[in-house]
Amino acid sequence: MNVINIKNISKTYVMGEEEVHALQRVSLQIDRGEYVAIMGPSGSGKSTLMNILGCLDTPTTGLYEFNGVNVSDMNDNDLAKIRNKEIGFVFQTFNLIPRSNALHNVELPLIYGGIPSTERKHLAEEALSHVQLADRMHHKPNELSGGQRQRVAIARALVTKPSIILADEPTGNLDSKTGDEIMALFEELHGQGNTIILVTHEEYIAEHAHRIIRIRDGSIERDELVKKDGEARSKMATAE
Amino acid sequence: MKVSDFTYEVKEGMAISFQAIRANKMRSVLTTLGIVIGIVSVTLMGTAIEGLNRGFSDSVAKLGADVLYVQKWPWFAGRDWWKYRNRKDIKMADYKALARQATMFQAATPATGTLKTVKYQNNSSTGVWIIGSNEKYLEIGGSNMDYGRFFSQAEADGGRPVCVIGSEIADNLFPHATPIGKNLKVGSYTFRVVGVLAKQGSFLGMFSLDNRVIIPMQAFLQRFGARHGIDIDVKVSNIKQMDDAKEELRGIMRKVRHVAPGAEDDFAINQQELFIQTFNTIGIVVAGIGLFITALSLFVGAIGIMNIMFVSVTERTKEIGIRKAIGARRRVILLQFLIEAASLSLIGGVIGIIISYPLSLLVNQILPTSMPVSVVVISIVISLIVGVISGFLPANRASKMDPVDALRYE
Ligand SMILES: Nc1ncnc2c1ncn2[C@@H]1O[C@H](COP(=O)(O)OP(=O)(O)OP(=O)(O)O)[C@@H](O)[C@H]1O
Ligand SMILES: [Mg+2]
Repeated sequence: MNVINIKNISKTYVMGEEEVHALQRVSLQIDRGEYVAIMGPSGSGKSTLMNILGCLDTPTTGLYEFNGVNVSDMNDNDLAKIRNKEIGFVFQTFNLIPRSNALHNVELPLIYGGIPSTERKHLAEEALSHVQLADRMHHKPNELSGGQRQRVAIARALVTKPSIILADEPTGNLDSKTGDEIMALFEELHGQGNTIILVTHEEYIAEHAHRIIRIRDGSIERDELVKKDGEARSKMATAE
Repeated sequence: MKVSDFTYEVKEGMAISFQAIRANKMRSVLTTLGIVIGIVSVTLMGTAIEGLNRGFSDSVAKLGADVLYVQKWPWFAGRDWWKYRNRKDIKMADYKALARQATMFQAATPATGTLKTVKYQNNSSTGVWIIGSNEKYLEIGGSNMDYGRFFSQAEADGGRPVCVIGSEIADNLFPHATPIGKNLKVGSYTFRVVGVLAKQGSFLGMFSLDNRVIIPMQAFLQRFGARHGIDIDVKVSNIKQMDDAKEELRGIMRKVRHVAPGAEDDFAINQQELFIQTFNTIGIVVAGIGLFITALSLFVGAIGIMNIMFVSVTERTKEIGIRKAIGARRRVILLQFLIEAASLSLIGGVIGIIISYPLSLLVNQILPTSMPVSVVVISIVISLIVGVISGFLPANRASKMDPVDALRYE
């Protein structure tokens, strides 16, 4: 069964007189265990799509089924619950809480999920070990390098064992070597059965994925599977 | 909602607000200024009222709640004092008739007083309250002897030149020797000291009850006269029959003084109850002023906290976005900022209590009091409530933020 099933989703921002159609009738299915890269020029609607997939935002029109449940018109609290339990977010700018140390940052989703403190601590430590940061648990974000911060963010996304991990340009603020390390980490996570959706500008980063979705002007331009030898084959005919 | 969820949310909220306040120590403390002033005023008001109450019951005990004072003027004449000016003085004859006829009394004494200088050898005390009375003085006034004796009925009736002195006079005039048997000068007249009264302290801190000399009434009248007549102090045998006793007294006085039926009394019968009323009034005035200052400063304090909380919410927009993105519900964010506002206000309350404590010691110089525990508890509750109320609007704004907009905020 699909984790994600969206049908004819549109998102329109109204800016005074002007209407911005950030997404126009986008339909998409993503299965459990997939590793999907979303690519496209700046302003094409990638982040808008990610925010909707991550239940941070709701579409103007269209249907969104997450794990078979219609979430298009859920209220704030129910969406918060889904974000907490089912979705792990990784951002370009890390988005850690500056005053809290790495361990507490990773514990946070568990706190909001009502997990008792001993279990919480155990899970958070496990997640941090998973990203090779067991020795940096008590460091605050400003005492960590960019790559380490992003790994804390990944640990935070992992810790609730979510259905999907969403990463919006996770290497955008990192040098290429550190970026490669992060991509290796995503690959490892995918190998362990996680479903990953990742936005990137870099072709070579997208190659890590098994499926690439290209977006232009708010519509899906191409949706293709990546062959192991790097040759892409079309999964879905483009709208042209 | 599970109880445990709520507990984690409260704990997390407390941790966050602790960090946030610690990161902005100066700003936080300055913000609480209004609360500090409000709490200082609440505690001082509470302390003062406590002091008034205690001082009041002490004083009533000293003065005797079961005594009726027959006098020319009512105690609290207010603006009507001129009405009483032309009344006939109360004379010894009135006292004698009353003492003969009254039935509901344990003891009665004529009483009058004047201020004089008292001397012994080179020592002198000025402004000493000289009281003319009889041998029933102790019984009526609720005072005790320290040493020596009170003057006898024979000495009182005979107007002998003997006196009993207050402890302050004894200390001032006889620092090294016993006063008993010594001859004092009261004004220009000589009196022999026969006893010293036990220390009584002061009346609500206003004047000392130990700075006095008691002499027989007859001796007083012969030497100093009584320009405005005398008073008659009457101790009722049963305090539950105060009103009946007062009526009996009134009837006797009207007859003795030939007051026409239907005419107004030409004397007043005073009692402590009037004191009680007056002190209640003072208490209400203190409470009124205190409450006004308190309400005003707490209002200012609440606005200050609301303002700084709006600033805090705006500053932490991004953080709110992050928390929402990882699953914080509206309630969690609301709670977090409410706790922060309440903590700020509580800090103000605690600072206020700390400042009030030494001030309450100052109040204790005037009124017999200490800061009541109830006032401390009330202050803490008040500051928590003010914090929660003033934090509500900012916290509500934070909780309703759109996560995407909040995350985008720089
Ligand atoms: N809150 C908003 N209000 C108005 N317009 C918006 C808002 N958010 C996004 N847009 C518009 O929607 C379009 C898509 O934006 P989006 O952020 O999804 O692009 P993107 O593909 O992520 O770009 P980039 O690669 O630069 O991150 C843009 O034209 C943008 O200006
Ligand atoms: Mg983007």
